[in-house]
Amino acid sequence: MAVTEQQLQTLKDRARRIRIDILKMLTDCGSGHTGGSLSAADIATALYFYKMKYDPRKPGWKERDNFILSKGHAAPLLYTVLAQAGYFEHAELCTLRKIGSRLQGHPDSKCLPGVEISTGSLGQGLSVANGLALAHKLDKAPNRVYALLGDGELQEGQIWEAAMTAAHYKLDNLCALVDNNGLQIDGPVAKVMGVEPITDKWRAFGWEVLDVDGHDMEKIVTALDKAETIKGKPTMIVCRTVKGKGSKCFEGKVEFHGTTPTKEELATAMKELEEGVCK
Amino acid sequence: MFHGGNVSKIATRDAYGDALVSLGKKRNDVVVLDADLSGSTKTAKFAKAFPDRFFNIGIAEQDMMGTAAGLAIGGKLPFVSTFAVFATGRAWEQVRQSICYPNLNVKIVATHAGVTVGEDGGSHQSVEDIAVMRVIPHMTVIVPADGPETLQAIEAVAEYQGPCYVRAGRNKVPTVCPENYRFRIGKAHVFNEGKHAAIIATGIMVAEALKARDQLKAEGIDAGVINMSTIKPLDRDAVIAAATRCGAIVTAEEHSIIGGLGGAVAEVLAESAPAPLVRIGLKDTFGTSGDGEGLLKHYGLSAGDIAAAVKEAIKKKKS
Ligand SMILES: Cc1ncc(C[n+]2csc(CCOP(=O)(O)OP(=O)(O)O)c2C)c(N)n1
Ligand SMILES: [Mg+2]
Repeated sequence: MAVTEQQLQTLKDRARRIRIDILKMLTDCGSGHTGGSLSAADIATALYFYKMKYDPRKPGWKERDNFILSKGHAAPLLYTVLAQAGYFEHAELCTLRKIGSRLQGHPDSKCLPGVEISTGSLGQGLSVANGLALAHKLDKAPNRVYALLGDGELQEGQIWEAAMTAAHYKLDNLCALVDNNGLQIDGPVAKVMGVEPITDKWRAFGWEVLDVDGHDMEKIVTALDKAETIKGKPTMIVCRTVKGKGSKCFEGKVEFHGTTPTKEELATAMKELEEGVCK
Repeated sequence: MFHGGNVSKIATRDAYGDALVSLGKKRNDVVVLDADLSGSTKTAKFAKAFPDRFFNIGIAEQDMMGTAAGLAIGGKLPFVSTFAVFATGRAWEQVRQSICYPNLNVKIVATHAGVTVGEDGGSHQSVEDIAVMRVIPHMTVIVPADGPETLQAIEAVAEYQGPCYVRAGRNKVPTVCPENYRFRIGKAHVFNEGKHAAIIATGIMVAEALKARDQLKAEGIDAGVINMSTIKPLDRDAVIAAATRCGAIVTAEEHSIIGGLGGAVAEVLAESAPAPLVRIGLKDTFGTSGDGEGLLKHYGLSAGDIAAAVKEAIKKKKS
């Protein structure tokens, strides 16, 4: 079923509000990961507000789809999405990274409902997603599993071990996505340790691979729909994105990996995001 | 007295970055590897000065350890850096199999150890690294207390033949070691011997131990302070002497009380000089998000906590 114009508009509006919340909470907190939260905002919006099945009042609901944030440093994105989806009060966002908060610097499944598993050490999420997908297969259950990876994260060897496992066990209930923003901490991915050609690699590992503009909501939801129809192998959606997407202040700037906005940058960004409402 | 005037403050990771550059000037066999954290670990300073001898392996810590092993066989002196949790956790078996088992000359210098990593939270706060490095045969384990001691420790491990693990922190710390202090691998530094109890501390906890000592003095308690910057090989003689002299020991570390300094000291005491012991450290728990200073208090790692532990140890002695 094709997505309607109105649905798309609602999703774009949602992504904009998610970016606004991310920036506010990060500015308020003074530490955290800006660039990689913003680059994946459209992807997470499509997953949580279009594709995935879940019930925020019953985080442990058996029939839910699972989302694993393998690039755990994008916690501000996950928290914003979970708050807007109704897992917890929006007001709790301001406790980010404070002693006693459920909103840890990296997602902690011990304390925050909606977080499937604690992450933060890169390269481990896809293996966990495989395990969940295998469990659903054993149960003959229709649940789907989604995992979001960073492009720098693809440098971890465990990712490629998991890539083999997923294809070997024909995990067609698994869909992974790469936030292919071209940057990591020490610079451009291509300069630090090249990972291209990403699509060819996943194809060679036995995956169905879709390559989309990770800021084009229609393309993202179409790819997510398509992934559901692929049988006998897992699907990887390579999302071409811009790190820091949402404001000129942060876009494509490597230093905004782990730096938070100043008050002035926040004001500029708010203006840009607000003006983009009816785009 | 270290905290009388305006003590200089430098993070041990900054001292490491500077030490690498001066080492690089002196020796052209020195090579440095990092895993996409060179700005944070400060190896970026070396990378800038000697781009041909710096290798960014990307986010691939296991691969990095193996590569360092190969470089060592090839006659180079590799320094390998990333956050402590990844260097010692993610790549543990590579460190064991490819570096320690063949006894290769690789120096692992990890930064962002302990809870003072702060806001990044428990996933990034290494509180087990001393334990898991100490247990590997051939490995030497060093935890410098301040900037100047880090500089000396880096020079010392460069001279030493064999695998070494040096633990550095993220935040600025006061200089505690005296000006004429000379670091030697395996040798503890005794600030003052003490009479009623001795505090054996390592890393950033040495500064807290000195503060605790001064607090206790006002209450008429004479506590000795020992900087145990080499955890392995442990200066057993210093531990035995302190236990014999004072009859009560407190250990203090920014690490789990299991398997680290407290564990190592407990082993010596139990075997050679039984005395009451109270261990300050994380009590079998992970870290959490928060500001570094606040977390030290949260986990009972402040000077006040050490002072209380000293009194507890003394009480145990009397009963
Ligand atoms: C195992 C491990 N090594 C190193 C780090 C430190 N680290 C956090 S984010 C990051 C860069 C991630 O780059 P990428 O995957 O491209 O993420 P994005 O650009 O989406 O933020 C690194 C090296 C980590 N979290 N885990
Ligand atoms: Mg990236």
